[in-house]
Order: sequence, then structure tokens, then C-alpha cells
Amino acid sequence: MIELVHVSKQFNAGRANEFQAVDDVSLTIRRGELTILKGPSGSGKTTLLSLVGCMSRPTSGRIYLRGVRTSFVPGDEAEPVVDISSLPERFLTDIRRRAFGFIFQQFNLVRGVTALENVMLPSYPTGEGYAAIRRRADELLERFGIRRQGGSRVEWLSGGELQRVAIARALINDPAVIIADEPTAHLDSRLSRELLDLLGSFKAQGRTIIMASHDPIACDHPLADRVVEMRDGRIVAGGSS
Amino acid sequence: MLQHPAIIALVGASLLVCAMVLYAGGYGVRILKRWDLQSGSEEQLGLERRTYLISVILGYALIFQVMSFFLFITTADTLHPLFVGAMCAAGSLNANGFGYPVLLLKTVNCLLAGAWLIVNRVDARGYDYPLIRPKYTLLLVLALLVTVETVTQIAYFSGLHADVITSCCGSLFSADRRDIAGELAGAPVRQTMLFFGLSLAACGVSGARFLARGKGDALFALLGSVFFITAVVAIVSFISLYFYELPSHHCPFCILQKEYGHVGYLLYGTLLGGEIAALGVGFLAPFKTVPSMRMIIPPTQKRLVRAALLLFAIFSAAVALRIVTTPFTLGVFD
Amino acid sequence: MRTNIDRHRNIIDFAISSMLRRKAKNLSLALLYTLIIFVTASLILFVQALRKEAATLLADAPDIVVQRLMAGRHDLIPTSYGEKLAGIRGITAVTPRLWGYYYDPVFGANYTLVARDGDGTGPEKIAIGQGVARSQRISGGDMLTLRSATGTPLLLTVARLLPEESELVSSDLLLLSTADFRTMFDFPAGVATDLAVTVSNQRELATIAGKIAALLPDTRPILKSEILRTYESIFDWRGGMMVVILSVAVIAFVIFAWDKASGLSAEERREIGILKSIGWETGDILLLKFWEGVAISLTAFLVGVILAYLHVFLFSAPLFTQALKGWGVLYPRFRLVPHVDPYQLTILFFLTVLPYTVATIVPSWLAATVDADTAMRS
Repeated sequence: MIELVHVSKQFNAGRANEFQAVDDVSLTIRRGELTILKGPSGSGKTTLLSLVGCMSRPTSGRIYLRGVRTSFVPGDEAEPVVDISSLPERFLTDIRRRAFGFIFQQFNLVRGVTALENVMLPSYPTGEGYAAIRRRADELLERFGIRRQGGSRVEWLSGGELQRVAIARALINDPAVIIADEPTAHLDSRLSRELLDLLGSFKAQGRTIIMASHDPIACDHPLADRVVEMRDGRIVAGGSS
Repeated sequence: MLQHPAIIALVGASLLVCAMVLYAGGYGVRILKRWDLQSGSEEQLGLERRTYLISVILGYALIFQVMSFFLFITTADTLHPLFVGAMCAAGSLNANGFGYPVLLLKTVNCLLAGAWLIVNRVDARGYDYPLIRPKYTLLLVLALLVTVETVTQIAYFSGLHADVITSCCGSLFSADRRDIAGELAGAPVRQTMLFFGLSLAACGVSGARFLARGKGDALFALLGSVFFITAVVAIVSFISLYFYELPSHHCPFCILQKEYGHVGYLLYGTLLGGEIAALGVGFLAPFKTVPSMRMIIPPTQKRLVRAALLLFAIFSAAVALRIVTTPFTLGVFD
Repeated sequence: MRTNIDRHRNIIDFAISSMLRRKAKNLSLALLYTLIIFVTASLILFVQALRKEAATLLADAPDIVVQRLMAGRHDLIPTSYGEKLAGIRGITAVTPRLWGYYYDPVFGANYTLVARDGDGTGPEKIAIGQGVARSQRISGGDMLTLRSATGTPLLLTVARLLPEESELVSSDLLLLSTADFRTMFDFPAGVATDLAVTVSNQRELATIAGKIAALLPDTRPILKSEILRTYESIFDWRGGMMVVILSVAVIAFVIFAWDKASGLSAEERREIGILKSIGWETGDILLLKFWEGVAISLTAFLVGVILAYLHVFLFSAPLFTQALKGWGVLYPRFRLVPHVDPYQLTILFFLTVLPYTVATIVPSWLAATVDADTAMRS
């Protein structure tokens, strides 16, 4: 599904504070699996997630996406392959909107806006009609049992409700891949398990899940297919397969 | 002479637009020199970000440019009482040697900015920035022309002094004068009309051919431009006469006034819009075989051809309607 | 096309809601913006209205006025000159005019006295402008005393007040019969103040003026268009000077707007970071900023122009009256005829909205290019 070949990402190139966040990583992530990137903070997990999730471009190396439909590359094979390593931002964003859903460490909801609108936000620039987006958002809120809270601003919601709003937002564009960055970092054990179970249910729906975490509850979870360990921007265990 | 509010507005606006376009041009040079899409280096990412800024700048520049085109003519028109013998914009523009060059530069810059935006829009849809080099070369040309326009406009306004004896539009466009304006007015009505009709037909046929078979885009752009120029000549030569219902008033500016229902805005608006679309077709023509553009340029060109034909058709229909409905006659159809 | 419209609609919705969320920040900007537009618009509308009044005034002026010069100074002209002029081809009528000024020491005011027979005047019957009536506290039927040139008082009855609509021109005007005028100033017979010449073909004005100057070398023909040009120059100059002064304020405002736009709060940065991480593109954020700019400019423009309209046409522009209008002690108390045209609004747009927009381009671009992965790094 996703293939990384000798991928590196460098920051502040040529300056005193230059550093190599991801260093020559090669990795294949298979469809329908739950892959966990494990490692201490600063090990390059988050940078790797942002590269895979089309948020940034590698300094060198190639990243291929298989089976993701795009609006701009001609060809109608069943399994189109797209090299995303040197695509302009607007095409990366286009792919990101279609193929990826994100869950962040602190949920990253927009304050001062209702839960419902937060869920709808990713769809605004796609050019879909407001009513259609609204319908899908309502369904998602219903599914996670927070339909009643839809009209409240997010600062009034409880931790568990916030978590579910964030997940609903990740699903609004029906993505094939869910990317979660330390989703359990600020949760107690009960909420962490609840979240992992939800992620597990997405796996059952055939979605691919990539999660960065150093939380034992996550890494030892029975649904995890694969744990890749990282340190100093390199893969130290679980890489080859 | 530089204290009229409209003059301050025009000069200020063109200084701002000029500064914006030069700023964009500066980055254009950097992009032309350092562009390397294969690289994910911070410099390349920075340049790609700049392209957004440049698109926004050019978008605004076009809007301001089009507005200042009309504001310039209207201002020239309001200033005419200051000049002995000037009866409308034509006289004010003739008050010194810079008036008509400014108008010409404004027209060209509107067209180029419009065409640049079309190229830019198409380029943004290709995943490998296929038109980046031609696009930024065009931007440099545009930056140069906008600078010349700004300087010329300042020269025009600062060279304006009330009382300078100027010819009014009656004498400026009267047929016995031997300069360009006189030549236009002197263009024989019957032949100009015929040529106007022919070039419209040629433009229409080549457009239809392109829409049907996808061939002859460059030809269409050429014929569209020929039609554009012919139409301007025709406005001076005979179209204006029908709108004023006067046999010798050849002024191309008075039709913008309220007395004539502001019909000039319709005429010039459709002409400019149509020519921008036609130029866009032409500029895109050499790149339609680039792999990432193969799916994008031909449909865009078709849309542009349709737009150009529609706008030119509206122009011609407005003119034809006037000629048919007005009781005024030049005796051409007798 | 359809999806593009929806994209704009969704983003406009969000732009408005996010502006409302930051009321405090946007309110100060909007107020200042409105103020700048209000002052500039008032100025432009006011100068334009005065120019229109002047043009209306001149519409009735004669095509050519012929004055006699004596030692380079304006002198009385013999009415016999009129008969000579009438012989020039193209001149349809020559009318001798009698007019002068009168200083009223009691009220400290200058009146313009014009001889005109009929039109409410007659022997010892006069018509007066509203300004004269106000200062003297008199109305129709009352008596008015003027000190004539010979020192004897001249007693006149006010037969009529001139209409208020023409007050800009007629405020200090006093119309009296030719006989009374001659008595008043001890004016010699056979001469007039100047001659008004009517010409049939406007295109021949310059030629005819040349002929007049050649026929009567001691006279000076003044064309209506020359008077008009002088007025235009004065109004343009006055308006332009005010715009130059105002431009300082506009520049200050633009710097303020630039500062506001580039001083992105941590909260806004975070918000844009989130939007980008969940699938908004740089172009979408730029569009968001564009619509925010349109919303604020449109609001400020509309409110500013409406306030300026009320200020100029309902309250007669109290802010500028002294600076731009007055030319005598008897201030005309008039209401300008409401008139707004697209040309004036375009100039206003160029002077205010355009600099504001330019000032916000780079800051909004900087805001829009926040890295998509910043949200993950907070």
C-alpha cells in the first residue's frame, strides 16, 4: 500500500542547527494492517508520519502510494502507483484529503467552533455541497453517540467526547488510511483502551492504520500487526518484512 | 496638475501595482534560475510557496489593471474642460505625447496579465509544474511593461497643464489628419465594415474547426487577435458613428459615457475578455503535448475558444443591433 | 463549476464565522477602516457636489463676456461697442450688463447688486437672496435702505425672495431695476459693466473671440469655457490638496492594517496549522483570507460611504465647510443636491481599498504557508 525507499528528511539544511529527522528509512506498509511506530520522542516518528501522510516532502528518497485514486494522473489500472515524493503541495493535499484521516496527540480541534463544524471542516475545500457534508457529519456523530453535543463548542466537551469528535473528523472524507500521532498520550487507561478498540474496528472495515506511540497499552495491543522501532531517525527493529 | 483626486488615485495605484509586479518578477528570476522539482530541499519548497504569492499578486494586479484602464479613460474625459479645444477624453489624451502610449500600454498589460493568469491556472493543474519556465519568462516581460506604463503615466500626468491647446475629438479624428488616429478615422467605412465582417467570420470558422476537430488553436489565437484589432479600428471608423448618430464624430471614448448608456463598457469589456481568452489559447498551444498537460490543455482550450467566441459574438451582436435599429445611416446599405 | 461555487460558499461561511470569533481584533480595524473611508468619501462627494453646483451656475452664464480694459484694469464699456459686435457673423445677441458690489457697514457684509428689469423688480422694488434676508432679518414686503453713491439713502421695497434652491449662487444677491441701479451708483449713461455675447455655434467660440479682440483692441473677451476651466482647476486643486493631506492618514492606516494582518496570534497560527493538517491547502487558506478581506472592505466601504452621504448631503458637510466652500461673510445655507456616481466611488476604491488590499497580500500569504505538520509538532 505504502512503500518508502531510502527516505530522508533534513531540516535547516546548511545551517548550524541542521539535523536529520529521518535518515535513510525504507519501509513497506501493507493494506489493512495496524502498524505502530515506536520510539522515544525525537526519534523521527512524527516526521515519518507527516511524510507518509503527504504533509511534507522528503529531502531525498521516494515514497509510493499504491491503489490511491487521484484526480490528476491519467491511467485506469486497478492499482495505480503514485510517486508522491516530488508532487507539488496542492496535489499532496488532494491525495491527503481523499486517502488519509488524521488523529492528533491533543486532538487539535478548532476552538470556538461547534463539534459538528469541526467534523465538517476537512470537507469544506473539496467543493462538496454543505448539505451533503452536514449529513455525513451527523451520521458520524450519531455513530459515536455524540449527536446531542454536535451544537456545542468544543471547549465545553469532556475528554472522551473530544476524542470522539476528533475521530469523527478523521473519518469525514472516508479515508483508506488513518494516521494517528500519539493518540493515547494524554488519555487515562480507560479512554486509551476505548480508543484502541475503535481503531481496531476501523481495521475490521478494511482501513489501514499507522500509529506513532510509545505507550505500552498501544504497543502491546493484540490488534497491532506490526511494531516498528525507531531511534535517531532510523529503524532499529521490525523494519524488514 | 497632479493634484486631482483621480490622478493621485491612478498614479498611486500604478506605483503599487508596479511594486507588486516587480517584487513578483524578482522571485520569477530566482525561480527561473534555481527551480528543481525533483529536489525536496528547503530552497525548492520555499520557491514553490512563492508561486502561490506570485499567483495572488498577479490576480490582484489584473483586477486593478482592468479597473485603472477604465478609470484612466474616465479621468481623461473629466479633465477635458481644462484644455482649450478638448471636448472629451480624446482631446485630453492628446494634450501631450504620452497620453495614447499610456492607453496602449494599459491595454497590452491587461491582456498579458489575463493571459498569464490563464497559463498559471493551467500550470497549477499539472503535477510537475510543466509551464513554470515559459510562465515566469512571460512574467518578466509583464513586469517590464508595467514599469514602463507606470513611468509613462507619471510623465503624462505631470506633463499636463491646463490651457495647452489641444485638438478636440472632432479634429483629432477628422479624416483629413495624417496621423495614426486620422488614418483610423479615415479608414473607408465600406471596406472596414467588410473586413470587420470577414475577420469575425474567419475567427468563428477557425474556432468552430478547433471545437470540432481540435486543430488550429494557434490559428484561432491569431485570427482572434486580428479581429480584436479590426474591431478597435471599426469602433473609430464606423461603429462610434452609429452610436452617436453623427456622421463625423469618430471618438472611441464618448461611448463610455452615460449619454450613450455606458455601452462602451460592454463593447470594450467583451473585446478585452475575448482577446484574453484567445491569447490564452495561443499561449497554451505549444504545450499541449507535454505529458502532464495532455488531459488538461485541450479541454481548457476548448472552454477558452467558446468563451472568446461568445464574447466576440456579444460584441458583434451589440454593434449589429445598433446599426439595424438606429434611424441613422451612413448610406452603406442603401 | 458547481463544485467551485460550493467551495467558495463553504469557505466564505467559515471566514465569516472565524471573523466573528475574533471580534475585538477585527472591530478596531473595521472602525478605523470605516473612518478613513468616511472622511475620504465625504471629501470626494463634497468637492464633486460643489463642482456640480458651479457647473449649474455657469450653465446660464453667457458664452463670451467682453470687458473693456483701461491701463490694464477692468473699466466700464460703452454700450456703443455692442452695436459693433453685433455685426460680427455668428453672434446672435449682445446684452449690456450692469452689476457691482455694495458694502453694508452695519452688517459688515458685501452684497452683489445686479440690474435686471422685470423678474420681480421695478421702480424701487427689489428681489433679494436668502443670505441678505437672513442678515437683515427682513422678508417680502419689508423695506431696505442702501446708501447711494451721492450719499443719499435709497429706500427699496423687497418684492420677492430668491428661491432657496439657488442659494449657493444667490445668497448675497440683490436684484434691482436698471434705473435704480444707475441712481444707486450714480452710474453714467451710455456705459455698462460689461457685455454678454451669445454665439450660435459653440465650435466657433474661439474664432469669434479672436475677431472681437481684433475689432476692439481695448477689450478682453472671456469665454465661458475659460471660467469653467478656472473653477475646475480650483476645485481639482482644493480636492487634490485635501487628498494629499488625507493620504498621510491612509498610509498610517495601511501600516496599521499591515501590522494587524502580519501579527498573527498564537491561536490563529494554531488554527491555520490545524486546517492545513486536516486537508486545507495553501490556496484554500489564501481564499479564506481573501474572503475575510472582502467582507471587511465591503462592510467598511458601504458603511463609510453611507455615513459620508449623510454627512455631505443631509448635514451639509460641517467638517469641510470652512475649508473648502466659503468666500464671503454671508455663508450660503444650502443643501447640496445629492449625487453619487460610479466614477467617484471608483476613485474612492483606488484611494482606500486598493492600498489596504495590497498591504494584506504578503501577510496573508505568510499566514497561509504555515507548515501542514506544525499541528503535529505543538
